[in-house]
Formats: sequence, C-alpha cells, structure tokens
Amino acid sequence: MSERQVNDLVVTLVTVTNLLMAFLISGIVIWALGEDPWFALKTMLYGAFGYDEGLGYTLYYTTNFIFTALGFAIGFHCGLFNIGAEGQAYIGGLAVGLLCLWLENWSILIVFPLAIIVSIIFGGIWGAIPGYLKARHGSHEVVTTIMFNFIASVIMVYLLSHVLRPPQEMSPESRDFAENVWIPQMHEIFSWFGFEITKTPLNGTFFFALFCLFLVWRFVWFTRWGYELRTVGTNEFAAVYAGINVSKNIIIAMVVCGGLSGFVGINEIMGSSHRIMLNFQAGIGFTGIAVSLIGRNHPMGILLAALLFGILYQGGAELSFEIQTIDRHMVVLIQGLVILFAGALENLFRPQIEIFIKQVFMRNL
Amino acid sequence: MPILAIQLTNINKYFGNVCANKNVSLTVKSGTIHGIVGENGAGKSTLMSILYGFYKADSGSIGVLEKQTTIRSAHDAIQAGIGMVHQHFMLVDTFTVLENIVLGTDSSFSLRESLHASKLELKRLEKEYHLEVNINSTINKLPVGLQQRVEILKALYRGAEILILDEPTGVLTPQEADHLFRILDELRGQGKTVILITHKLREIMDITDYVSVMRQGEMVAHRKTSETNREELAELMVGRKVLLRVEKKPANPGRKILSVDNLNYKDDSGISRLKDINFDVHSGEIVGVAGVSGNGQSELLDIIAGINHLQIGSIRINDHKITSESRVDAASMRRLGIAHVPEDRQRIGLVTSFTASENIILGYHRDLKYNGLIEMNNDAISKSCLKQMEHFDVRPLNPLLKASLFSGGNQQKMVLAREIERNTDLLLVGQPTRGVDIGAIEFIHRQIIAMRDANKAVLLVSVELDEILSLSDRILVMFEGQIMGQVLAKDANERDIGLLMAGISKETD
Repeated sequence: MSERQVNDLVVTLVTVTNLLMAFLISGIVIWALGEDPWFALKTMLYGAFGYDEGLGYTLYYTTNFIFTALGFAIGFHCGLFNIGAEGQAYIGGLAVGLLCLWLENWSILIVFPLAIIVSIIFGGIWGAIPGYLKARHGSHEVVTTIMFNFIASVIMVYLLSHVLRPPQEMSPESRDFAENVWIPQMHEIFSWFGFEITKTPLNGTFFFALFCLFLVWRFVWFTRWGYELRTVGTNEFAAVYAGINVSKNIIIAMVVCGGLSGFVGINEIMGSSHRIMLNFQAGIGFTGIAVSLIGRNHPMGILLAALLFGILYQGGAELSFEIQTIDRHMVVLIQGLVILFAGALENLFRPQIEIFIKQVFMRNL
Repeated sequence: MPILAIQLTNINKYFGNVCANKNVSLTVKSGTIHGIVGENGAGKSTLMSILYGFYKADSGSIGVLEKQTTIRSAHDAIQAGIGMVHQHFMLVDTFTVLENIVLGTDSSFSLRESLHASKLELKRLEKEYHLEVNINSTINKLPVGLQQRVEILKALYRGAEILILDEPTGVLTPQEADHLFRILDELRGQGKTVILITHKLREIMDITDYVSVMRQGEMVAHRKTSETNREELAELMVGRKVLLRVEKKPANPGRKILSVDNLNYKDDSGISRLKDINFDVHSGEIVGVAGVSGNGQSELLDIIAGINHLQIGSIRINDHKITSESRVDAASMRRLGIAHVPEDRQRIGLVTSFTASENIILGYHRDLKYNGLIEMNNDAISKSCLKQMEHFDVRPLNPLLKASLFSGGNQQKMVLAREIERNTDLLLVGQPTRGVDIGAIEFIHRQIIAMRDANKAVLLVSVELDEILSLSDRILVMFEGQIMGQVLAKDANERDIGLLMAGISKETD
C-alpha cells in the first residue's frame, strides 16, 4: 500500500470510529433512560430511510446542509472560519423571496436562474462585508460574521413584521408566491415519469446542490482561482511571494461562501415554504460548519456528512415521535455528540489507529 | 577527574520507520573539544537531543563522566553535568542577563536574595573564563555574540562540566566566532569538555581535538583532528568525493540590468532597515551581499522582488523605473524579468502541504501554458514539473509527492528549478544552500554560475561568507542597513570583509 492509501484509510477509520463512539455513548444514555438502544437505532434508521416520505425529508435536510457546508468549506480553504452561513442564508433567502414576489408571473425557467444570481449577490454581499473588513482592517471574521448573523436576524424581523406581512395576517410571514415560481417538488418530478411517491418538501434544488458539490470540487482543485485561494489559506507569505493578492482572495472567498449559503433560500423559500418566513434558516448555517469539518472540507466528505446530519434530523424526529421518553432534546444530544467526537475530539483515536494500520499493512517496510 | 566525559554505546533511535540513529557509539575525552560533523539529517541533532534528554533512545546506554546515567529530561542532563547552547538562544528577551541566568535556579524564595547570591558566583565565573558581559543589561540590547556568551554562562552557572554547542557560529561575524573559539579554548584549559556540532569544516580544523563524522544516522568515522583534513572529512560526510571550491571562469560583465538608487526602508514598527542603498548589477556577473543575518539583506531582496513596498528611492530593471508611486507586486516584478529564490524556502518559497507540481507553478500559475479556458492544464503542469525535477535532479522524482516530504536539499532544488528555468534577466538568490547538504551545495553552486555564464545578472545574499567568496564576482557588505563597502572578489579576504560585517570600515580604522 502506498503512503497515500494508508493515509486515506487512516482518515476514514478515524472518522468512522468517532461516529461509532458518538453513537455508543448515545446508546448508553438511551439505555440509562430505560429504553432499548437497539430499537432506538432501528427506529431512527427506519425513520430516515425506511419509507419514501422519511427518505424525502432526509434528503431535503441534506440539501440545506450541503449548501451551508460548502459555504464554510470554501472559506476554510482560504484560511477563513466563516461562522456567518446562518446570516448569509437568511439574506440570500430574503432576496430569493423578494424576487419571487416581484416576478411571480414569470416562468420558473427564467426565475430560477435569476434566483441563483440574486442569492449569490445578496448572500455574497453579506459575506463580502466581513471579508472586506478582514482584508483591509484585519477584523477577525469570526467576530464580524457572528455580528452579521445578528444584523441579518434583526433586519428580517423588521421586514417581516412591518413591510412584508400582509395587513390582515397575524404571523410574521410574507404572502405565498404564485404557483408558477415554485420549484417542482420531487413527487411532481417523479410523477412526470409515471412514478407515484409521497409528497415531501424535497424538491429539484437537491440536484442543484449535487451540481454545486461538483462545481466546488472543480473550482478549488482544478482552477487557478482555487489554486490562489488555497495558497492564501495555507501560506500567506508564499502567496505574497507568488504575487497573489491576499485581500482580493479573502473577499472573493467570502463572496463565494455567502453565495453558496444563500442557496439555502432557494431550497427553503422557493422549493418548500413558498413564502418568506421568520427563521427559516434556523440552525442550518451552524450545522453546516460541523458538516464541513466532519467531511474534512471536501465535497465528497461534505456529501456524506450532510447525509448523516439529514439522517440525524429526520430519524431523530421519528425517534422522539415513536419513543415517548426520548424527546427532541435527546436528538440534539446525539447531534452534539457527533460534533464533539468527529469535530472537536477528531484526533482522539488517531494515534492508536495509525499504529494499528501501520502494523497491519506496512509490516514489511 | 574522570578521563572520559561521554560514553554513548549503541544508541538506536527510530521515528516511525525512519532510523535517525543506528548503533551510534561515541566516546568523548575529558578536557577536549570534540567536533561532530555531518550533513543535515545525518542524525547529529537527534544524538545530542538524546544526550540532553529531549528524546529517549530506543536502545543503548549513556555514560556521563564515567557513570552510567539515565537521562529522561533536560533536568537530568543538567544534574549529570551537561549544558547545552542551542542554535536559537533560549533567553527571555526583556529580562536582564542576571535574571536570565538565575531563572529556574533561584536558591531562595526571595528573588532579591537569590540575585545577590548569584551575582558573586557569576563574577567568579566571568573572571575564570573571560566571559565578560554586563549582567544588568537586558538581553535584547545585547549583540548576538554576547547573547551567546550569556547562554554559555548560564550553562556554567548550572554546573556544566560538558558543554554542547549546536551550530554556534551561524549567527556570528568571523571576529565574533574567533572570540567564541578563544572562550572555548579557555574552557578546555580549565578542564571542561566541549562538544561542537557544526557543518563548517574550517571550524572543525581550527578548534577541535577530535572529530566524529555522522552519515545517514550512523557514526562513520572518528579522527584525531591533527591527522585528518577538510577533503577527507567532506568525503566521509557525503560518502563520495566532493569539490569544495567551485570552478568558474572570470566574469564578463555586460550591460546594466538592475540599478538600485538611494533606497531607504522603514519596517512596520518604524525602524530603519535600509539606508541610502546604491548599487548596480550587470549581466554576466554575480554580485554577492555579505553580512550577518538581520542587517537589511532580507529587506533588500524583498523590495527588489516586489514583496515589500518600495518607500524611498528607486529601482531600475532593464528600462523600467520603479518608484514608491509604482503599483508593483511580486507578479509584476516577475513580468519585468526577475526570478526570486527566497531566503526561507519553507516559509515563503514553497507551500509545503502542496504537491511538487503545485509548487512548481507557484508564482507562475497564471501562465498561459499552464491554463485552459477555465481549469488549469494539469498535463502541462505535470510535464513541466517532471522536466524541471529531472533537470535539477530532484529526488524522489514524483510530482505528486507533497513538498514537505522532500529533504531540505531537494526542496531547495525544486525552488531553484522553478526560478532558474524561467531564464530571466535577473536572478535574486537568498541563502541558496541554507540547510542543504554538501552534495547538493556543489550542484546548486554550479547552477548559479551557469546562470551567470549564460549572461544573466545574479544578486546573491548569503550569511555564509565562504559561499559569498567562492561564488561572487563582486561583494557588497551590509551592516545595519547600509552598504559598508564594496570589494572585488579577486581582491577580497575574509578579514577585511569580517571587519566590514562588524561595521568597521577602512576609513574609521
């Protein structure tokens, strides 16, 4: 086995071990609550995969996490820790919503590309400002992006309660868009081909998310812009030596981060709720950070990690529904353990696993 | 008095699968200066780290002053009577000399009392070994040579009978180095034992009594210094014959390529780093910039390369004039015909976590030949990387290997390959052979001379005076941001340059 293969194997095993640890401890907690952990696991997996509606929800959540995780990953490759996916998604969603309200008589074939553009612009601006502050004044992006999450939140509360809410309505939401700007939902798409599946919020945006994964992969590792981005992120001195404009790359990275996070709005607003709602992005941005880190900031890893969190969200909901003693906080606990082991304690078992792998596969060296 | 200071027997040390020390045995006689030479990665530092308790040997035994000892930490080593002067000093910059020496050995709870007690002891040590230094001045106000003296005092104060010095002359002027050697001589006279780790063979010949040579983790030879010579030692280190002097034809300078006019530079904290720098570099010549590290050479290179912004004065490259108003960066300077081998290849010249082929395009990643419409042309990049690696004999010949996995010498060859293959009018080279083994040094020197012989201009910055003397056609000496003097290489001698490096020009002599 080559050095590289061994390394890949170690990384995979480390991640799997960490996840198993998280599930093991969750299992112990469930057992301590007097429930059967094995049954809980089966319930969860059944809830996430066992029937088409569950699977639909799982993939619907996955779609959201892919966007925000990519929005984190791009920044990470440029040496940035973008905590602002939450706010960027919120503002991106606002832009998508306004566009749909404005152009609701237009064809989806025109509105969809426009929605992509406006969520890039608005989400991008929301990322660009912290990027600019970092590049020009050295303000730390963790601080500024968190602040921008709050700013976004306040703006949305104001807009939804004072501007966008129809006068006769009580809840802080916009009115529904006309149906012709809705993104086709999966059951509709399947019905075009003669398949009958249960209605879920899963919609065509899922395919767009997969496409984004591919684009990010090619962008980061195959283009000169990605090359510059990674150089800035790994060794700023070398970047300056190579004549790469560090400030420009930081700002560009934050714009791309914001744009990708903004796509959450397309999935949520255009694809599912069909109106602008308060806190539609709740938690997706923050979960995206964990997804990206667990997926090692690589599109393939992000896909798998986003799927895992989709399962946790949907399967967890099923779990708290099925077993009364397990409420939704239990689900948060499981998610927290996954983040703890796969994120914060990532290298806990690494030395042992490395030694083990080397003993098994490299004995002859 | 024990006759043997150090007895290491069959020391083995592995890092993973890499063998750093293999059956190393070493005997050092009391009251001698014992040199240990070897290329980078030969295992000298590992061996000394084992002796000083930083690493634990996998097997083997250590005897200090004829007693079997287990050394688990630096504390144990000090207890056993071993002192170490590291290459990078372990001093608290803002403390006084006295505070630094007493640090960690305070004899009383009251700092004042400890300081007083140690003062008397220090006075005695200073007298005994001629290590005069003002014990009340703060470290950051002292020149490097004196800081080193403080390190030696510190070790003696802790009762060291055996002193290990790791590359002690790297930061010193020739005069300071001579002074250090006189101190070491004094120590030897008083019965102390000195172990000197170095890669400078001249120092070995000048000062040591015995010398041991390491190669690839093994001890390959022990010699009495008076019975060996530089050529033999070099051959033992590398394992084959090496040319210590590079052959080169007389220079044939042509038109002016670079001219630097009245350059001044202040760093971010407002300290003046360059003062009124004026010089020219012509095609077909190598201009060497000598000086102790930190006297403005780095800033000079960085400004010409476009990394630091030019503040006062101007630079002319071919026919392009660059002033403080010009908006230039490293990319635009490259387009004007500058190639730059930076002083610190790992921090600046390479992205060590990138592959060799990603590194071979660093700075040239926007070139048309490396790019398609949207994506980069990976075929062209690998091909060009392979060609350059072959040309410069970079081993292993694998463009997909991470740069960090190449040895220092091969990393440097990679950077040189990238910059020299550009065939630009002007080549800036900083510390071309720092941390590079002797075998590769020879190769790198030949490449730089070949560049000159192809009628290109070369500006060379190096703190290795030997290197400057053997490569340059003309030598500029820098001290505290100024050019102290200019010497033609054929008239140059080490003493004169050493004086200029210490800031003493002929006029004031």
